[in-house]
Amino acid sequence: MLLQKEMIGKHYRDLASAGDEGSKVVYTFVPGNLTELMGSFGVLPVLPEINALQSGMRKLSGDYISEAEKQGHSEDVCTYVKCDIGMLKKGNVGPTGLKLPEPDLLLLSYTGCFTFMKWFELLRQEYDCPVAMLHVPYQADGRIHDHHRDYIVEQLESEVIPKLEQVTGRRFDEERLRQRLALSAEAENDLVWVLESAKNVPSPIDAYFGGVYYIGPIFTAFRGTQAGVEYYQTLRAEIEERLAERRGPTTPEGELEEERYRLVMEGPPNWTSFREFWRMFSEEGAVVVASSYTKVGGLYDRGFRHDPERPLATLADYCMGCYTNLSLPARVDLIADYIREYRADGFMINSVKSCNSFSVGQLLMLRQLEERTGVPGGFIESDLVDPRYFSSANIKNRIESYLQMLEQKRGTAA
Amino acid sequence: MNAELAQLLDRVRGLSEDVDFACVREWKGQGSGRKAVGYMPIYVPRELIHASGMLPVGVLGAGDRLEIIRGDAYFQSYICHIPRSTIEMALTGRLDVLDGMLFPSICDVIRNLSGMWRLLFPDRYVRYVDVPQNFSPDVGGAYWRRELEQLWSDFSGLAGRPRDARALARSLEIYNENRREIRRLYEARSLEPWLYPASELYLVTRAGSVLPPEEHTTLLRRYRELVAEESERREEDLSRIVLVGTFCEQPPLGLLLTLERAGCSIVDDDLLLGLRWLTEDVPEEGDPLDRLAAAYLECSCQTASVYQPEGRRGGWLVESVKRNQAEGVIFCAPSFCDPALLEQPMLVEALAAEGIPHTQFKYSENTGQFAVIREQAGTFSDSIRLWSEA
Ligand code: SF4
Ligand code: SF4
Repeated sequence: MLLQKEMIGKHYRDLASAGDEGSKVVYTFVPGNLTELMGSFGVLPVLPEINALQSGMRKLSGDYISEAEKQGHSEDVCTYVKCDIGMLKKGNVGPTGLKLPEPDLLLLSYTGCFTFMKWFELLRQEYDCPVAMLHVPYQADGRIHDHHRDYIVEQLESEVIPKLEQVTGRRFDEERLRQRLALSAEAENDLVWVLESAKNVPSPIDAYFGGVYYIGPIFTAFRGTQAGVEYYQTLRAEIEERLAERRGPTTPEGELEEERYRLVMEGPPNWTSFREFWRMFSEEGAVVVASSYTKVGGLYDRGFRHDPERPLATLADYCMGCYTNLSLPARVDLIADYIREYRADGFMINSVKSCNSFSVGQLLMLRQLEERTGVPGGFIESDLVDPRYFSSANIKNRIESYLQMLEQKRGTAA
Repeated sequence: MNAELAQLLDRVRGLSEDVDFACVREWKGQGSGRKAVGYMPIYVPRELIHASGMLPVGVLGAGDRLEIIRGDAYFQSYICHIPRSTIEMALTGRLDVLDGMLFPSICDVIRNLSGMWRLLFPDRYVRYVDVPQNFSPDVGGAYWRRELEQLWSDFSGLAGRPRDARALARSLEIYNENRREIRRLYEARSLEPWLYPASELYLVTRAGSVLPPEEHTTLLRRYRELVAEESERREEDLSRIVLVGTFCEQPPLGLLLTLERAGCSIVDDDLLLGLRWLTEDVPEEGDPLDRLAAAYLECSCQTASVYQPEGRRGGWLVESVKRNQAEGVIFCAPSFCDPALLEQPMLVEALAAEGIPHTQFKYSENTGQFAVIREQAGTFSDSIRLWSEA
């Protein structure tokens, strides 16, 4: 955790001094991010969703959202966008208190969410900088088609790489990209080991509340770097130790003593009351053993690795394979598999108002998963970073009744 | 009103209100083995369906004509209304008449709805139509041609007919003609809006979502001829308005009537955009599939779901205001409609830069109360007129 804090702190310091150092800055999104490619050009990425979620955790998002709404942004749309726009309008001071540099390029990877496109169109109105658009086809029928991969590779060659070259004044260096991809794969192996450690009973990790910390570096600026590799080595060693000592996961109240429920979680967490939300589970002894949210930046646990042998094609496969780019039937399959593989007692859906990409269809997923696995599901509603949509008492109530129901079911089965 | 015009309007109103798709059933009954393929807003290449001998059918939601009993159990409260009524229609067997269903890539709601369809109706033909957002012929164009080729093969399989390039060329002509006729109507309306109330023009155009295109073209022509003979329709002093945001979930007819009664004369809109998506004819020379693919890249209209590689958003809206000599813009978007609502601030900025007045409100396809909208639109229309007189 300390290591991660240090890494992130350094990244924001680098960003704050980007102007003085002459480093170029690229704004881009988490799902389908081209970190290795950006890294091969030596640019610094800014991920507006991460800024938004950090603002949520630091209780700044409410003000930012009202600022954006005052400026005419609808109350109905994704609050990440409004949090970002509000932050920009209030001086673009990032989550660590340091000012964020303006982008030299907006790299719009249109993976898994339509709102991304509108988000960067909105930012383009604010900044005088080029936009590189990468349209990533949706895996509507559950598989990656060759011509979809070709389409992405051609866009990388004709749109993304030339714009990175133009902005940085550097030539594309395939070898450097390969090296970064190899480092990615190394870190990905360790991340998968960590996530899969939750198959143990009891689990040494919480794969949702703890999971969001574990995915932080690999989903952001540190994939394809030596620092990223070392982070995951350290993390793995720590979890190995935890496992050997049969210790439970870390929670806001310290280590979990008794694992009472094993849950699979679908949907992003709420950030404005993150720890309170986490506590609602941990206090009841509920551990999340697998989650879909920790796959928005890639399904490494299903076998995907960045492959240095096919540098651009692997980036294309990565973009198409992120969780929110999967069809609903594929999402149901994945969660059903998790429920079985991780021996879960139940599953819960946190449906967030902001995100149609995640939320539309979740009520059907709930039914399908119950029918398919015979495991009962729970359903709660909140939002990502809009504090107005986190109704604490209501959510706590729902979680408690759901867990009681699991308990009763267990009693009947015994 | 001329009896034939009254009859024509009755017919198109009936078509728009019919949540059972009786006319599609009728069309299918007229020949053996006839099939129909449904599509949601906005754009799908209807030419390919038509060239395979099938009927393309727009599924535009059920408005307020269907009580939502099961649909609400599938969608959280913060999701727009059109997927609810569409699921309701499907679960009550009303869409059984469709042999396939297409979901264009316009937003995450329709995208995920395509997956819900696969889960709920695993035996039916379902396809997500992922239009390109890259407009370079060698990149987005090549991709789109492959997608079209796949669609065409799918349709030929569904229809049990081999792919026939000549049939496709013929379909391109038929749809060119249909869009030309709609464009003529829009131009005529812009010149003399009092002759073509928006509520009428909407219904007459909308008929094209369920009628075969040949029949729809004839109907559009006849409508224009009949209106020209109407002597009762006189020029009125109304505010000339462009209506924006209505490209997917349909505004209730009552809303369009309310705007007119509030003194707004709609001179351009983004209603039923899919029926007039290509703003120019698909060229007549060359391989028909190439031409259809290229037309998407070269002459798609501008709307929220289409990426615009260069420049600031909203140029098309300012241009429409100028071309149609409009005095203001009404943003009228479905509640919770991401594309329309995320686009709106950029359009507002474009209008503000030109000093074009605007107002905004939201609706749902099943809204039945228009008092507030009437008040707001009336005030807006009055303010425009005062402003233009000042
Ligand atoms: S809609 Fe969802 S995926 Fe898209 S930007 Fe918002 S939170 Fe992210
Ligand atoms: S009304 Fe808007 S959000 Fe709803 S399905 Fe249509 S485009 Fe998508």
